Amino acid sequence: MTTTVHYTDAEGTVRDIEGRPGDSVMETAVRNGVPGIVAECGGSLSCATCHVFVRDDCLSELPPIEPMEDEMLYGTAVDREENSRLSCQLKLTEGMDLYVTTPETQV
Amino acid sequence: MASDNAAPTGLLIIGASQSGVQLAISLRALGFEEHITLLGEENHRPYQRPALSKEWLQGEVGNESLIFRSAEYWDEHNVTLVKDQRITEIRKNPDGSGVAVAESGAEFPFKRLALTVGARARKLAVDGADLAGVVYLRNADDALALKAMVGDATDIVVIGGGFIGLEAASSLKKMGKNVVLLEHGPRLVGRAVGEATAEYFLDAHRSRGLDIRLGARISRFVPAATHDGGKAVSGVEVTVGGGTAAGGAAGEGTGAEGTAAEVIPAQIVLVGIGVIPNTELAEQMGLAVDNGIVVDSHALASDGTTVAVGDCANMPNPVPGSPAGERIRLESVNNAIEHAKVAAYSLMGRREDYAGIPWFWSNQADLKLQIAGLSMGFDQTVVRRDDERGKFSVLYYRKGRIIAADCVNAPLDFMAVKNALAKRQNIPADTAEAAAAVADPAVQLKTLAV
Repeated sequence: MTTTVHYTDAEGTVRDIEGRPGDSVMETAVRNGVPGIVAECGGSLSCATCHVFVRDDCLSELPPIEPMEDEMLYGTAVDREENSRLSCQLKLTEGMDLYVTTPETQV
Repeated sequence: MASDNAAPTGLLIIGASQSGVQLAISLRALGFEEHITLLGEENHRPYQRPALSKEWLQGEVGNESLIFRSAEYWDEHNVTLVKDQRITEIRKNPDGSGVAVAESGAEFPFKRLALTVGARARKLAVDGADLAGVVYLRNADDALALKAMVGDATDIVVIGGGFIGLEAASSLKKMGKNVVLLEHGPRLVGRAVGEATAEYFLDAHRSRGLDIRLGARISRFVPAATHDGGKAVSGVEVTVGGGTAAGGAAGEGTGAEGTAAEVIPAQIVLVGIGVIPNTELAEQMGLAVDNGIVVDSHALASDGTTVAVGDCANMPNPVPGSPAGERIRLESVNNAIEHAKVAAYSLMGRREDYAGIPWFWSNQADLKLQIAGLSMGFDQTVVRRDDERGKFSVLYYRKGRIIAADCVNAPLDFMAVKNALAKRQNIPADTAEAAAAVADPAVQLKTLAV
Protein backbone atom coordinates (compact mmCIF):
# COMPACT_ATOMS: atom_id res chain seq x y z
CA MET A 1 0.00 0.00 0.00
CA THR A 2 1.55 3.29 -0.98
CA THR A 3 1.56 6.31 1.26
CA THR A 4 1.08 9.55 -0.62
CA VAL A 5 0.86 13.23 0.22
CA HIS A 6 -0.65 15.51 -2.41
CA TYR A 7 0.68 19.05 -1.95
CA THR A 8 -1.17 21.85 -3.72
CA ASP A 9 0.51 25.24 -3.65
CA ALA A 10 -1.19 28.62 -3.57
CA GLU A 11 -1.10 28.80 -7.39
CA GLY A 12 -2.80 25.43 -7.71
CA THR A 13 0.21 23.35 -8.75
CA VAL A 14 -0.09 19.83 -7.37
CA ARG A 15 2.87 17.68 -6.32
CA ASP A 16 2.24 14.05 -5.38
CA ILE A 17 5.00 12.74 -3.15
CA GLU A 18 5.33 9.17 -1.99
CA GLY A 19 6.08 9.25 1.72
CA ARG A 20 7.42 6.87 4.32
CA PRO A 21 5.19 5.90 7.23
CA GLY A 22 6.54 7.53 10.37
CA ASP A 23 7.83 10.62 8.59
CA SER A 24 5.87 13.82 9.00
CA VAL A 25 4.11 15.70 6.23
CA MET A 26 6.69 18.47 6.80
CA GLU A 27 9.71 16.15 6.51
CA THR A 28 8.34 14.56 3.37
CA ALA A 29 7.94 17.99 1.77
CA VAL A 30 11.30 19.37 2.82
CA ARG A 31 13.33 16.33 1.82
CA ASN A 32 11.82 16.43 -1.64
CA GLY A 33 12.08 20.18 -2.04
CA VAL A 34 8.34 20.88 -2.14
CA PRO A 35 8.07 24.68 -2.05
CA GLY A 36 5.64 26.34 0.32
CA ILE A 37 6.89 24.62 3.47
CA VAL A 38 9.81 26.34 5.19
CA ALA A 39 10.09 24.54 8.54
CA GLU A 40 12.91 26.63 10.00
CA CYS A 41 12.90 24.75 13.29
CA GLY A 42 13.12 21.33 11.68
CA GLY A 43 9.96 20.05 13.30
CA SER A 44 10.40 20.92 16.96
CA LEU A 45 7.21 22.97 17.07
CA SER A 46 8.95 26.31 17.42
CA CYS A 47 8.43 28.33 14.27
CA ALA A 48 4.99 27.86 12.63
CA THR A 49 6.48 27.95 9.12
CA CYS A 50 5.15 24.54 8.02
CA HIS A 51 1.49 25.57 8.09
CA VAL A 52 -0.85 23.62 5.77
CA PHE A 53 -4.56 23.48 5.09
CA VAL A 54 -5.83 19.91 5.19
CA ARG A 55 -8.62 18.83 2.82
CA ASP A 56 -11.70 18.47 4.96
CA ASP A 57 -12.31 14.78 4.28
CA CYS A 58 -8.74 14.00 5.41
CA LEU A 59 -8.99 15.73 8.78
CA SER A 60 -10.40 12.72 10.58
CA GLU A 61 -7.32 10.65 9.67
CA LEU A 62 -5.09 12.98 11.66
CA PRO A 63 -4.21 13.13 15.34
CA PRO A 64 -5.96 15.89 17.32
CA ILE A 65 -4.28 19.26 17.83
CA GLU A 66 -2.21 19.52 21.02
CA PRO A 67 -2.36 22.83 22.92
CA MET A 68 1.14 23.96 21.82
CA GLU A 69 0.35 23.41 18.15
CA ASP A 70 -2.93 25.21 18.65
CA GLU A 71 -1.16 28.27 20.08
CA MET A 72 1.52 28.23 17.37
CA LEU A 73 -1.19 28.22 14.69
CA TYR A 74 -2.27 31.66 15.86
CA GLY A 75 1.10 32.98 14.73
CA THR A 76 1.20 31.71 11.16
CA ALA A 77 2.02 34.16 8.37
CA VAL A 78 -1.28 33.45 6.59
CA ASP A 79 -4.19 33.39 9.05
CA ARG A 80 -5.33 29.98 10.25
CA GLU A 81 -8.55 28.38 9.10
CA GLU A 82 -10.67 25.58 10.53
CA ASN A 83 -8.57 23.05 8.60
CA SER A 84 -5.16 24.50 9.52
CA ARG A 85 -2.41 22.26 10.93
CA LEU A 86 1.33 22.42 11.39
CA SER A 87 2.63 19.75 9.07
CA CYS A 88 5.50 18.80 11.39
CA GLN A 89 2.89 17.33 13.73
CA LEU A 90 1.26 15.14 11.06
CA LYS A 91 2.89 11.71 10.90
CA LEU A 92 2.26 9.56 7.87
CA THR A 93 0.66 6.19 8.46
CA GLU A 94 0.74 3.17 6.18
CA GLY A 95 -1.51 3.65 3.17
CA MET A 96 -2.35 7.26 4.00
CA ASP A 97 -3.58 9.37 1.07
CA LEU A 98 -3.44 12.93 2.31
CA TYR A 99 -4.34 16.16 0.50
CA VAL A 100 -2.92 19.43 1.80
CA THR A 101 -2.64 22.96 0.44
CA THR A 102 0.26 25.24 1.30
CA PRO A 103 -0.37 28.92 2.08
CA GLU A 104 0.82 31.82 -0.06
CA THR A 105 3.66 32.54 2.35
CA GLN A 106 5.10 31.04 5.54
CA VAL A 107 7.09 34.01 6.82
CA MET B 1 39.10 13.27 -7.73
CA ALA B 2 38.32 16.87 -8.44
CA SER B 3 41.96 17.76 -9.09
CA ASP B 4 41.67 16.96 -12.79
CA ASN B 5 38.39 18.80 -12.99
CA ALA B 6 39.10 21.10 -15.93
CA ALA B 7 35.84 23.05 -15.79
CA PRO B 8 35.49 25.10 -12.63
CA THR B 9 32.22 24.97 -10.79
CA GLY B 10 30.12 28.11 -11.09
CA LEU B 11 29.93 28.49 -7.35
CA LEU B 12 31.92 26.66 -4.72
CA ILE B 13 30.22 26.72 -1.33
CA ILE B 14 32.63 25.74 1.43
CA GLY B 15 30.59 24.43 4.33
CA ALA B 16 27.61 22.10 3.87
CA SER B 17 25.57 22.96 6.94
CA GLN B 18 22.46 25.10 7.32
CA SER B 19 23.71 28.26 5.60
CA GLY B 20 25.55 26.47 2.78
CA VAL B 21 22.56 24.27 2.04
CA GLN B 22 20.18 27.22 2.12
CA LEU B 23 22.42 29.22 -0.20
CA ALA B 24 22.30 26.47 -2.82
CA ILE B 25 18.54 26.09 -2.45
CA SER B 26 17.88 29.84 -2.63
CA LEU B 27 20.09 30.25 -5.70
CA ARG B 28 18.15 27.58 -7.55
CA ALA B 29 14.87 29.22 -6.51
CA LEU B 30 16.15 32.51 -7.96
CA GLY B 31 17.10 30.90 -11.25
CA PHE B 32 20.89 30.67 -10.83
CA GLU B 33 21.93 28.43 -13.69
CA GLU B 34 25.60 27.73 -13.02
CA HIS B 35 26.77 24.47 -11.55
CA ILE B 36 27.11 24.49 -7.75
CA THR B 37 29.52 22.47 -5.63
CA LEU B 38 28.54 22.14 -1.99
CA LEU B 39 31.60 21.02 -0.10
CA GLY B 40 31.67 19.76 3.48
CA GLU B 41 34.51 18.49 5.66
CA GLU B 42 32.39 15.90 7.43
CA ASN B 43 31.71 12.44 6.06
CA HIS B 44 27.95 12.86 6.25
CA ARG B 45 25.24 14.09 3.91
CA PRO B 46 24.23 17.65 4.87
CA TYR B 47 22.18 17.49 8.06
CA GLN B 48 20.45 19.72 10.59
CA ARG B 49 22.22 20.34 13.89
CA PRO B 50 19.69 21.63 16.43
CA ALA B 51 18.25 18.23 17.33
CA LEU B 52 21.69 16.78 18.12
CA SER B 53 21.49 18.05 21.71
CA LYS B 54 17.76 17.44 22.02
CA GLU B 55 15.39 15.08 20.20
CA TRP B 56 18.12 13.12 18.41
CA LEU B 57 20.20 12.59 21.57
CA GLN B 58 17.12 11.27 23.34
CA GLY B 59 16.35 8.91 20.47
CA GLU B 60 13.09 10.64 19.59
CA VAL B 61 14.17 11.21 15.99
CA GLY B 62 16.47 9.07 13.86
CA ASN B 63 19.47 9.93 11.70
CA GLU B 64 17.44 10.13 8.52
CA SER B 65 15.21 12.87 9.97
CA LEU B 66 18.22 15.17 10.21
CA ILE B 67 19.09 14.97 6.49
CA PHE B 68 18.19 18.20 4.70
CA ARG B 69 17.37 16.94 1.22
CA SER B 70 17.19 13.61 -0.58
CA ALA B 71 20.12 12.73 -2.87
CA GLU B 72 17.74 13.01 -5.85
CA TYR B 73 17.06 16.64 -4.99
CA TRP B 74 20.72 17.59 -5.38
CA ASP B 75 21.06 15.60 -8.62
CA GLU B 76 17.96 17.19 -10.09
CA HIS B 77 19.18 20.65 -9.14
CA ASN B 78 22.69 20.28 -10.57
CA VAL B 79 24.41 20.51 -7.21
CA THR B 80 27.43 18.28 -6.57
CA LEU B 81 27.87 17.28 -2.96
CA VAL B 82 31.44 16.76 -1.83
CA LYS B 83 31.96 15.13 1.56
CA ASP B 84 35.03 14.64 3.70
CA GLN B 85 37.22 17.33 2.13
CA ARG B 86 38.82 19.93 4.34
CA ILE B 87 39.93 23.03 2.47
CA THR B 88 43.23 24.42 3.75
CA GLU B 89 44.12 27.01 1.14
CA ILE B 90 42.33 29.29 -1.28
CA ARG B 91 44.01 31.01 -4.19
CA LYS B 92 41.72 33.69 -5.49
CA ASN B 93 41.88 36.06 -8.44
CA PRO B 94 40.59 39.64 -8.34
CA ASP B 95 37.60 38.70 -10.55
CA GLY B 96 36.29 36.32 -7.86
CA SER B 97 37.47 33.09 -9.47
CA GLY B 98 40.13 30.84 -8.03
CA VAL B 99 41.04 27.42 -6.68
CA ALA B 100 40.41 25.86 -3.29
CA VAL B 101 42.93 23.27 -2.20
CA ALA B 102 42.01 20.51 0.22
CA GLU B 103 44.15 18.80 2.82
CA SER B 104 43.96 15.69 0.62
CA GLY B 105 45.57 17.59 -2.25
CA ALA B 106 42.34 17.72 -4.25
CA GLU B 107 41.75 21.03 -6.00
CA PHE B 108 38.38 22.68 -6.57
CA PRO B 109 38.46 25.47 -9.16
CA PHE B 110 35.59 27.95 -8.98
CA LYS B 111 34.19 31.02 -10.68
CA ARG B 112 32.69 32.40 -7.45
CA LEU B 113 33.22 31.46 -3.82
CA ALA B 114 30.97 31.31 -0.78
CA LEU B 115 32.29 30.75 2.73
CA THR B 116 29.69 29.10 4.95
CA VAL B 117 32.31 27.68 7.24
CA GLY B 118 30.50 28.06 10.57
CA ALA B 119 32.14 27.93 13.95
CA ARG B 120 33.83 25.35 16.13
CA ALA B 121 33.47 24.52 19.80
CA ARG B 122 35.57 26.59 22.18
CA LYS B 123 37.88 24.25 24.11
CA LEU B 124 38.38 24.27 27.83
CA ALA B 125 42.10 24.30 28.54
CA VAL B 126 42.63 22.66 31.92
CA ASP B 127 44.68 19.65 33.01
CA GLY B 128 43.15 16.49 31.67
CA ALA B 129 41.41 18.20 28.74
CA ASP B 130 42.56 15.41 26.40
CA LEU B 131 41.26 12.53 28.52
CA ALA B 132 38.87 10.06 26.92
CA GLY B 133 35.30 10.95 27.87
CA VAL B 134 35.80 14.71 27.66
CA VAL B 135 33.56 15.64 24.74
CA TYR B 136 32.06 18.57 22.86
CA LEU B 137 28.78 18.73 20.98
CA ARG B 138 28.99 20.68 17.77
CA ASN B 139 28.57 18.23 14.91
CA ALA B 140 27.19 14.80 14.10
CA ASP B 141 30.43 12.97 14.89
CA ASP B 142 30.49 14.60 18.34
CA ALA B 143 26.88 13.56 18.85
CA LEU B 144 27.48 9.98 17.66
CA ALA B 145 30.49 9.68 20.00
CA LEU B 146 28.50 11.04 22.92
CA LYS B 147 25.57 8.75 22.27
CA ALA B 148 27.86 5.72 22.02
CA MET B 149 29.30 6.53 25.46
CA VAL B 150 26.09 7.44 27.22
CA GLY B 151 24.85 3.88 27.65
CA ASP B 152 27.64 2.93 30.06
CA ALA B 153 27.75 6.16 32.00
CA THR B 154 25.95 6.81 35.25
CA ASP B 155 27.43 10.20 36.09
CA ILE B 156 27.82 13.06 33.63
CA VAL B 157 29.14 16.54 34.22
CA VAL B 158 28.06 19.25 31.78
CA ILE B 159 30.25 22.35 31.73
CA GLY B 160 28.54 25.49 30.53
CA GLY B 161 25.07 26.82 31.30
CA GLY B 162 24.29 28.17 27.83
CA PHE B 163 21.79 26.70 25.38
CA ILE B 164 23.84 23.65 24.41
CA GLY B 165 24.77 22.83 27.99
CA LEU B 166 21.21 23.18 29.27
CA GLU B 167 19.68 21.30 26.35
CA ALA B 168 22.14 18.43 26.63
CA ALA B 169 21.92 18.31 30.43
CA SER B 170 18.11 18.15 30.22
CA SER B 171 18.28 15.43 27.58
CA LEU B 172 20.80 13.36 29.55
CA LYS B 173 18.81 13.74 32.76
CA LYS B 174 15.71 12.53 30.95
CA MET B 175 17.75 9.53 29.84
CA GLY B 176 18.25 8.61 33.51
CA LYS B 177 21.76 9.92 34.12
CA ASN B 178 23.05 11.73 37.19
CA VAL B 179 23.84 15.12 35.74
CA VAL B 180 25.69 18.00 37.36
CA LEU B 181 25.84 21.23 35.40
CA LEU B 182 28.73 23.60 36.15
CA GLU B 183 28.57 27.21 35.07
CA HIS B 184 31.49 29.56 35.47
CA GLY B 185 29.41 32.74 35.56
CA PRO B 186 26.99 34.02 38.18
CA ARG B 187 23.92 33.02 36.15
CA LEU B 188 22.70 30.78 33.35
CA VAL B 189 22.57 31.64 29.64
CA GLY B 190 24.80 34.64 30.27
CA ARG B 191 24.90 36.16 26.81
CA ALA B 192 21.56 35.31 25.31
CA VAL B 193 18.84 36.31 27.76
CA GLY B 194 18.21 38.89 30.46
CA GLU B 195 18.46 38.47 34.21
CA ALA B 196 14.79 37.64 34.79
CA THR B 197 14.81 34.86 32.19
CA ALA B 198 18.08 33.48 33.53
CA GLU B 199 16.60 33.33 37.04
CA TYR B 200 13.45 31.68 35.73
CA PHE B 201 15.51 28.97 34.04
CA LEU B 202 17.64 28.43 37.13
CA ASP B 203 14.54 27.90 39.29
CA ALA B 204 12.78 25.82 36.67
CA HIS B 205 15.71 23.47 36.12
CA ARG B 206 16.48 23.11 39.82
CA SER B 207 12.83 22.38 40.60
CA ARG B 208 12.99 19.68 37.92
CA GLY B 209 15.89 18.12 39.78
CA LEU B 210 18.85 19.27 37.71
CA ASP B 211 21.92 19.89 39.90
CA ILE B 212 23.29 23.29 38.83
CA ARG B 213 26.34 24.94 40.40
CA LEU B 214 27.01 28.56 39.50
CA GLY B 215 30.32 30.35 39.96
CA ALA B 216 32.12 27.07 39.28
CA ARG B 217 35.90 27.14 38.78
CA ILE B 218 37.17 23.98 37.06
CA SER B 219 40.71 23.19 38.18
CA ARG B 220 41.23 19.88 36.36
CA PHE B 221 39.70 16.74 34.90
CA VAL B 222 40.65 13.78 37.05
CA PRO B 223 41.96 10.72 35.18
CA ALA B 224 41.35 7.06 35.84
CA ALA B 225 43.36 4.22 34.29
CA THR B 226 41.45 2.14 31.76
CA HIS B 227 41.98 -1.48 30.69
CA ASP B 228 43.82 -0.60 27.52
CA GLY B 229 46.35 1.59 29.29
CA GLY B 230 44.72 4.82 28.09
CA LYS B 231 43.38 7.43 30.41
CA ALA B 232 39.71 8.22 30.79
CA VAL B 233 38.09 10.93 32.79
CA SER B 234 36.68 9.92 36.17
CA GLY B 235 35.70 13.27 37.61
CA VAL B 236 35.90 17.02 37.56
CA GLU B 237 37.72 18.95 40.27
CA VAL B 238 35.80 22.14 40.93
CA THR B 239 35.59 25.00 43.38
CA VAL B 240 32.18 26.58 43.70
CA GLY B 241 31.31 29.98 45.10
CA GLY B 242 33.28 33.17 45.54
CA GLY B 243 31.50 35.00 42.80
CA THR B 244 27.97 34.36 43.99
CA ALA B 245 24.84 35.25 42.11
CA ALA B 246 24.66 38.49 44.06
CA GLY B 247 28.29 39.41 43.55
CA GLY B 248 28.40 41.29 40.30
CA ALA B 249 32.16 41.14 39.88
CA ALA B 250 32.57 37.41 39.49
CA GLY B 251 35.74 37.70 37.50
CA GLU B 252 38.84 35.55 37.63
CA GLY B 253 40.60 35.41 40.93
CA THR B 254 37.62 36.36 43.07
CA GLY B 255 36.85 32.75 43.84
CA ALA B 256 39.18 32.67 46.82
CA GLU B 257 36.22 32.76 49.20
CA GLY B 258 34.67 29.70 47.59
CA THR B 259 34.16 26.27 49.05
CA ALA B 260 37.01 23.80 49.13
CA ALA B 261 37.75 21.95 45.91
CA GLU B 262 35.49 18.97 45.31
CA VAL B 263 35.74 16.15 42.78
CA ILE B 264 32.43 15.43 41.07
CA PRO B 265 32.42 11.92 39.59
CA ALA B 266 31.87 11.70 35.85
CA GLN B 267 32.47 9.09 33.19
CA ILE B 268 31.53 11.73 30.63
CA VAL B 269 32.30 15.44 30.73
CA LEU B 270 30.43 17.41 28.10
CA VAL B 271 31.83 20.89 27.52
CA GLY B 272 29.59 23.54 25.96
CA ILE B 273 31.23 26.92 26.51
CA GLY B 274 30.53 28.64 23.22
CA VAL B 275 32.02 28.66 19.77
CA ILE B 276 34.76 30.37 17.78
CA PRO B 277 34.01 31.41 14.18
CA ASN B 278 36.12 29.67 11.56
CA THR B 279 38.00 32.56 10.01
CA GLU B 280 41.31 30.93 9.03
CA LEU B 281 40.51 30.63 5.32
CA ALA B 282 39.30 34.21 5.19
CA GLU B 283 42.44 35.41 6.94
CA GLN B 284 44.61 33.44 4.56
CA MET B 285 42.75 35.10 1.67
CA GLY B 286 43.42 38.53 3.17
CA LEU B 287 39.75 39.27 3.92
CA ALA B 288 38.84 41.58 6.79
CA VAL B 289 38.16 39.55 9.94
CA ASP B 290 36.89 40.79 13.29
CA ASN B 291 34.98 38.28 15.41
CA GLY B 292 33.96 36.60 12.17
CA ILE B 293 34.38 37.38 8.50
CA VAL B 294 33.42 41.02 8.05
CA VAL B 295 30.63 41.39 5.47
CA ASP B 296 28.39 44.22 4.29
CA SER B 297 24.59 44.15 4.33
CA HIS B 298 24.66 42.10 1.10
CA ALA B 299 26.81 39.33 2.68
CA LEU B 300 29.84 40.43 0.62
CA ALA B 301 33.27 40.14 2.22
CA SER B 302 35.90 42.89 1.97
CA ASP B 303 37.16 41.71 -1.45
CA GLY B 304 33.75 42.55 -2.92
CA THR B 305 33.24 39.15 -4.55
CA THR B 306 33.33 36.43 -1.89
CA VAL B 307 30.17 35.95 0.15
CA ALA B 308 30.30 34.80 3.77
CA VAL B 309 27.14 33.58 5.46
CA GLY B 310 25.83 32.42 8.81
CA ASP B 311 27.69 31.76 12.06
CA CYS B 312 31.06 32.71 10.53
CA ALA B 313 29.98 36.18 9.37
CA ASN B 314 30.17 39.49 11.24
CA MET B 315 27.52 41.68 9.66
CA PRO B 316 25.58 44.90 10.14
CA ASN B 317 22.76 44.39 12.66
CA PRO B 318 19.82 43.35 10.44
CA VAL B 319 17.09 44.59 12.79
CA PRO B 320 15.33 47.59 11.22
CA GLY B 321 15.97 50.71 13.25
CA SER B 322 19.05 49.37 15.03
CA PRO B 323 21.86 51.85 15.73
CA ALA B 324 23.80 52.80 12.61
CA GLY B 325 27.10 50.99 12.28
CA GLU B 326 26.26 48.35 14.87
CA ARG B 327 27.70 44.98 13.87
CA ILE B 328 26.83 41.54 15.10
CA ARG B 329 27.55 37.86 14.63
CA LEU B 330 24.52 35.63 15.07
CA GLU B 331 24.55 31.90 15.77
CA SER B 332 21.13 30.65 14.78
CA VAL B 333 19.22 28.65 12.21
CA ASN B 334 17.06 31.64 11.38
CA ASN B 335 20.11 33.77 10.61
CA ALA B 336 21.73 31.04 8.55
CA ILE B 337 18.59 30.90 6.40
CA GLU B 338 17.87 34.61 6.07
CA HIS B 339 21.49 35.56 5.56
CA ALA B 340 21.86 32.89 2.89
CA LYS B 341 18.88 34.35 1.01
CA VAL B 342 20.55 37.76 0.93
CA ALA B 343 23.83 36.20 -0.22
CA ALA B 344 21.93 34.41 -2.99
CA TYR B 345 20.61 37.75 -4.25
CA SER B 346 24.17 39.13 -4.14
CA LEU B 347 25.48 36.27 -6.25
CA MET B 348 22.67 36.94 -8.74
CA GLY B 349 23.85 40.55 -9.00
CA ARG B 350 20.94 41.93 -7.01
CA ARG B 351 21.42 44.12 -3.97
CA GLU B 352 18.91 43.26 -1.26
CA ASP B 353 19.84 44.55 2.19
CA TYR B 354 19.62 42.00 4.96
CA ALA B 355 16.78 43.21 7.17
CA GLY B 356 14.99 40.86 9.50
CA ILE B 357 13.86 39.99 12.97
CA PRO B 358 16.27 37.40 14.37
CA TRP B 359 14.72 34.63 16.38
CA PHE B 360 16.02 31.69 18.38
CA TRP B 361 14.67 28.65 20.12
CA SER B 362 15.87 26.23 22.73
CA ASN B 363 14.01 23.20 24.09
CA GLN B 364 15.08 22.11 27.58
CA ALA B 365 13.07 19.41 29.35
CA ASP B 366 9.47 20.68 29.04
CA LEU B 367 10.66 24.29 28.72
CA LYS B 368 10.28 25.76 25.26
CA LEU B 369 12.21 29.03 25.01
CA GLN B 370 11.52 31.23 22.01
CA ILE B 371 13.34 34.53 21.61
CA ALA B 372 12.21 37.20 19.16
CA GLY B 373 14.47 40.13 18.31
CA LEU B 374 17.74 41.16 19.98
CA SER B 375 17.62 42.50 23.53
CA MET B 376 21.02 44.21 23.58
CA GLY B 377 20.83 47.83 24.62
CA PHE B 378 17.48 47.51 26.43
CA ASP B 379 16.59 50.06 29.13
CA GLN B 380 13.27 48.61 30.37
CA THR B 381 11.76 45.17 30.82
CA VAL B 382 8.24 43.95 31.52
CA VAL B 383 7.65 40.44 32.85
CA ARG B 384 4.50 38.49 31.99
CA ARG B 385 4.07 35.47 34.16
CA ASP B 386 1.29 32.89 34.44
CA ASP B 387 2.51 30.27 36.90
CA GLU B 388 -0.72 28.33 36.77
CA ARG B 389 -0.23 27.60 33.09
CA GLY B 390 3.56 27.57 33.27
CA LYS B 391 4.03 30.53 30.95
CA PHE B 392 6.69 33.19 31.32
CA SER B 393 7.74 36.05 29.06
CA VAL B 394 10.02 39.05 29.34
CA LEU B 395 9.59 41.96 26.94
CA TYR B 396 12.55 44.27 26.32
CA TYR B 397 12.30 47.97 25.46
CA ARG B 398 14.75 50.60 24.30
CA LYS B 399 13.65 54.21 24.49
CA GLY B 400 10.02 53.20 24.80
CA ARG B 401 10.00 50.83 21.83
CA ILE B 402 9.83 47.07 22.04
CA ILE B 403 12.99 45.42 20.72
CA ALA B 404 12.79 41.79 21.87
CA ALA B 405 11.12 39.15 24.02
CA ASP B 406 12.14 35.92 25.76
CA CYS B 407 9.13 33.59 25.91
CA VAL B 408 8.95 30.31 27.80
CA ASN B 409 6.08 27.97 26.88
CA ALA B 410 4.32 31.06 25.56
CA PRO B 411 4.15 30.82 21.76
CA LEU B 412 1.36 33.37 21.56
CA ASP B 413 3.55 35.99 23.23
CA PHE B 414 6.46 35.04 21.00
CA MET B 415 4.39 35.30 17.84
CA ALA B 416 2.83 38.60 18.94
CA VAL B 417 6.22 40.22 19.55
CA LYS B 418 7.83 38.74 16.44
CA ASN B 419 4.95 39.98 14.29
CA ALA B 420 4.92 43.41 15.95
CA LEU B 421 8.66 43.81 15.31
CA ALA B 422 8.29 42.73 11.70
CA LYS B 423 5.50 45.27 11.16
CA ARG B 424 7.46 47.99 13.01
CA GLN B 425 4.69 48.16 15.61
CA ASN B 426 5.15 48.87 19.31
CA ILE B 427 3.61 47.16 22.34
CA PRO B 428 3.75 50.24 24.56
CA ALA B 429 4.76 50.02 28.20
CA ASP B 430 5.77 53.63 28.77
CA THR B 431 3.09 54.41 31.37
CA ALA B 432 2.26 52.48 34.52
CA GLU B 433 -1.10 51.59 33.02
CA ALA B 434 0.35 50.38 29.75
CA ALA B 435 3.04 48.37 31.52
CA ALA B 436 0.40 46.75 33.72
CA ALA B 437 -1.57 45.68 30.66
CA VAL B 438 1.55 44.18 29.07
CA ALA B 439 2.33 42.35 32.32
CA ASP B 440 -1.18 40.89 32.60
CA PRO B 441 -1.15 37.35 31.19
CA ALA B 442 -4.92 37.50 30.74
CA VAL B 443 -4.45 40.22 28.09
CA GLN B 444 -3.39 38.97 24.66
CA LEU B 445 -0.26 40.84 23.60
CA LYS B 446 -1.45 40.90 20.01
CA THR B 447 -4.28 43.23 21.02
CA LEU B 448 -1.79 45.74 22.48
CA ALA B 449 0.31 46.17 19.34
CA VAL B 450 -0.02 49.60 17.74
